[in-house]
Amino acid sequence: MSELLRTPLYALHVARKARMVPFAGWEMPLQFTSIVEEHHAVRQQVGVFDISHMGRLFIAGPDSTELLEWLYTNSVASLQVGQVRYGLICNEHGGTKDDVLLYRLPAAAAGPPSTPEQPLVQAFPYLLVVNAANREKIVAWFQQHRGTRAVTLFDATLITAMLAVQGPHAVAMCERLLATTLSDLRYYFGRYVVYRDQTVLISRTGYTGEDGLEWVVPVELAQLLWNDLLALGAVPCGLGARDTLRLEAGMPLYGHELTEEIDPLQAGLEWAVKWQTKDFLGRAGLLQQQSDTTRPKRVGLELAGRRIAREQCSVWQAGKCVGWITSGTFAPTLQKSIAMAYVAPESAVPGTAVEVDIRGHRESAQVVTLPFYSRRKPNRASTS
Amino acid sequence: MNPEQLRYTETHEWVYEENGLVTVGITQYAADLLNDLVYIELPSIGARTQAGASFGEVESIKAVSDLYAPVDGEVVEVNQAVVAEPQIISRDPYGAGWLIKIRPDPKGQWSRLLSYAEYQRQIAQPG
Repeated sequence: MSELLRTPLYALHVARKARMVPFAGWEMPLQFTSIVEEHHAVRQQVGVFDISHMGRLFIAGPDSTELLEWLYTNSVASLQVGQVRYGLICNEHGGTKDDVLLYRLPAAAAGPPSTPEQPLVQAFPYLLVVNAANREKIVAWFQQHRGTRAVTLFDATLITAMLAVQGPHAVAMCERLLATTLSDLRYYFGRYVVYRDQTVLISRTGYTGEDGLEWVVPVELAQLLWNDLLALGAVPCGLGARDTLRLEAGMPLYGHELTEEIDPLQAGLEWAVKWQTKDFLGRAGLLQQQSDTTRPKRVGLELAGRRIAREQCSVWQAGKCVGWITSGTFAPTLQKSIAMAYVAPESAVPGTAVEVDIRGHRESAQVVTLPFYSRRKPNRASTS
Repeated sequence: MNPEQLRYTETHEWVYEENGLVTVGITQYAADLLNDLVYIELPSIGARTQAGASFGEVESIKAVSDLYAPVDGEVVEVNQAVVAEPQIISRDPYGAGWLIKIRPDPKGQWSRLLSYAEYQRQIAQPG
């Protein structure tokens, strides 16, 4: 295996004695103190994550909208300037190559100049944020399917950093840091702002089920931003808490709930697939998949006991194996053992009683509606 | 209990022998590695233990680990407090976080036990 990549914050994580683990080709912090403490910090205050391992692909060119419409399942043309949208990239059979965020970038702020190779201030109309493990695969996929289209794809992953600031007070903290109001920045919208005399990209997005912002900044600002956020009280959080938070929020994780063999429809992501209004690569495959009504479906499970149903545990109903677990944890906010699973459609109805085989013990569980946790909607009147 | 006066298995249990009974727990090192404990399964009183064989398991958010008995014998006491609240083990692994007490068989097998110094050397080794 080749050398692990390190984010611009690696030295700070090691100095803080984070437990570092290999993840998707990167050496990343699993936890700084405790997964549970970091989880609660995000649900109750503010947590900050180093997510620089995520792939950041800037896309430009006269034919970029057309190519994106072809390779991405959600609608591209209808994106407003500044808007961010979740979608999938499918293979020919309708299986999932990746789940991604697509940004329709605004024109950069007429701000101070930046380095020439810095794409943040260039006229890239699109940013595609892809999973770390899939970055090279997706770059190759775009090259393979570009054909004669005039499209430039710029992989800025190694010259930028990405931080997620998440929690009920995250936006207020970023407002203080930027000395500007962000109350007009809507959920799933982004904009360029000036931070420490450089143009950076922020968006009201995240992977925790809380309100918050994600930042894309030049590498040389990464440590400054991290330290500025910590000085304002943000709690450093690792991949462990990121996983418990996204699981409570019912969000799929590529490699677990989504793979090349699982299509977005059975994953319950039909809302992000515009297969009735446009053609895209994988649509024909999806139509064919759709005709197979026996395909397992993604569900949430709540276990009766405290044991954790881990990936690959089998799911049983009336003496028959009906599916398998893709992710599970002990949910710190809900204080329950929860899991996501793929089960036969007849077992996928909320309320269905099933059993999970955990190392030879059959544990009672119930199919529940996703998400397990959703925050109370922010009170708009009080945020301004 | 003073960790320097305990003996240790290579699988991160500590062992304390007194009045013919053997108390078993897991070390601070193991508790720190596991962190965020959510569940522990311990045997019932009267259950048999076998040196080097699993007598239970401890589960944290990231992983499950078996607990290994240091000696052949019979379980005579089980710490129900840690079953109800596994976090006690992280807070006080050598005291309130003890797990079980075993009455060793008179001619029973023992696992290889390490002194405090030997155990410190083992956990200092990388990997």
